[in-house]
Amino acid sequence: MRDAGLTAKLWAGSIWVVIGFFIVNVFGLIAAVVVNSFATRWLGTWLPAGFTLQWYGSAWSEFQLDSVLIVTVEVVFAVVAISLLVGVPAAYALARRDFRFKRAILLLFVLPLLVPPMTYGIPLATVLYRLHLAGTIVGVILANLVPAVPFVVLVVTPFVEQIDPRLEAAARVFGAGTFRLFVHVLVPLLTPGILAAGLLVLVRTIAMFELTFLTAGPDSQTLVVALYYSVFAAGIRAGQSVDAMAVIYMATTLVWLLIALRFVNPSQLVTRVKE
Amino acid sequence: MSSAASIQRKTVDITALLVAPGVCLVLLLFLYPFLYGFVLSFSAHEGAGLRNYVKFFSTPFLSQTIATTLWISFPATVVNIGLALPIAFATRRHRLQRLLTAILVVPITLGTVLIAEGLLLYLGPQGWLNRFLLVTHLSTLPVHLTHNYWGVFLSLVVSGFPFAYLLLLSYLTGIDPVLPQAAATLGASPWRQFIHIYLPLLVPGLAIAFCLSFVQAFSVFPSAVLLGAPAGPTRVISIAAYQAAFEDYDYPMASAIAMIMAGVQLLVVVLILAIRLLFYRGPTVGAKG
Repeated sequence: MRDAGLTAKLWAGSIWVVIGFFIVNVFGLIAAVVVNSFATRWLGTWLPAGFTLQWYGSAWSEFQLDSVLIVTVEVVFAVVAISLLVGVPAAYALARRDFRFKRAILLLFVLPLLVPPMTYGIPLATVLYRLHLAGTIVGVILANLVPAVPFVVLVVTPFVEQIDPRLEAAARVFGAGTFRLFVHVLVPLLTPGILAAGLLVLVRTIAMFELTFLTAGPDSQTLVVALYYSVFAAGIRAGQSVDAMAVIYMATTLVWLLIALRFVNPSQLVTRVKE
Repeated sequence: MSSAASIQRKTVDITALLVAPGVCLVLLLFLYPFLYGFVLSFSAHEGAGLRNYVKFFSTPFLSQTIATTLWISFPATVVNIGLALPIAFATRRHRLQRLLTAILVVPITLGTVLIAEGLLLYLGPQGWLNRFLLVTHLSTLPVHLTHNYWGVFLSLVVSGFPFAYLLLLSYLTGIDPVLPQAAATLGASPWRQFIHIYLPLLVPGLAIAFCLSFVQAFSVFPSAVLLGAPAGPTRVISIAAYQAAFEDYDYPMASAIAMIMAGVQLLVVVLILAIRLLFYRGPTVGAKG
């Protein structure tokens, strides 16, 4: 019995050692980027010789971050707005009504979340190039809608199911049409769900590399794609300058993540596969 | 449902139609490109038919990418699931669990490009890891972990382990605690509860988590380019597809490679789900008693 207790303690201890080891390394790789972005010269020592803010200025002008950030904001907010406009009504219909092909439609909404973007991104980019939409901001937004709309549908559906249908029936009795029902009853009641879905789509779109990379042109790059190109061309620019951009990207993502975590469970950022 | 539906007959169609814009969007931007790519993959610059596929499988430079990708993604998935399962089990009701999930969601959110850049610095010859290994005399020479297989492998663990952990955690917390409690009442130790209660009930979740983790790892791209050796040991299938599309402008060939990529992923998923059928299938909640 004592032996069992000891092995259990050793087991629990080793679990936490592994967790700690993982977190220390993740923290290390993030801290390395942050420290390097402030470094004057960093060769063969634990910490740089000195610290400076100059790389943020040079990154800003070298990588034309003002226009990259404008594109990023445009893409992200367009994707959030459109995916909510399209996804919330679809979630409502799926939660409240039974119709033909409902199972097929559900499968259709799950697939873009399960198939990796690199796999469907190449045919999608091919089609967008044929339509002369690739390389434009419209193409980037369209590509990013593919995982965003199903994501909104799957996040919002359980929120709709929690609303008492009698509230809608009451609104209908008083003569509200579907549109007024949405504006005056459903949207206010669905605010937590819409907020959660919107924030999650926002965070996922800022970090969505593959689809934006495959469809963006020089004038329609988002921050994460610009970061990829600058790391890819390492050696052309100072490493610190690249890392200054990485820190700007990281700050953008993490601020929204922190806001999102106030409203959602972290596991919701991962694909929802609850049946 | 039926009585409510018949009262609201007039509005039923309108409400159900609300799903239409979403369906159209996914049909046009997901299913149609996929089918278009499938048809396109059978056309070629000269000739048609299976030419692209024949070329892929008869050119070692292209066909080897399947083995290369499997050789990175399969071990990475096994490690991720192998780490995530015991850790999710041990922390499923721990008071620090919410903090832990909040920390683990950070690498997922930052994405593979930032992880690649961070690992380049952190694991590099001048990085903190090598500095630590040299100072503590755990190693006498700097360990090469970037621009090779290990860089890509480690980046897949950094982004894939949290993903697997969060998935498995949501499955584990979905198991009715009454079942292991019943086992405990009958004298089962935590280890036996895990083997005889949790594990059988977890098999479906484990299979799906494995499939999703594998599919993600198999489509690895940015870290294979930035952190690996994209000309050789980490020339994964995504790189081949990308080069066909954006360097050779051979869209039929790129589509063929994308279809092969999807085919291999589907094959592995079917294989995993077939293995999973050999195990218990049933409810994960206790019967009323």
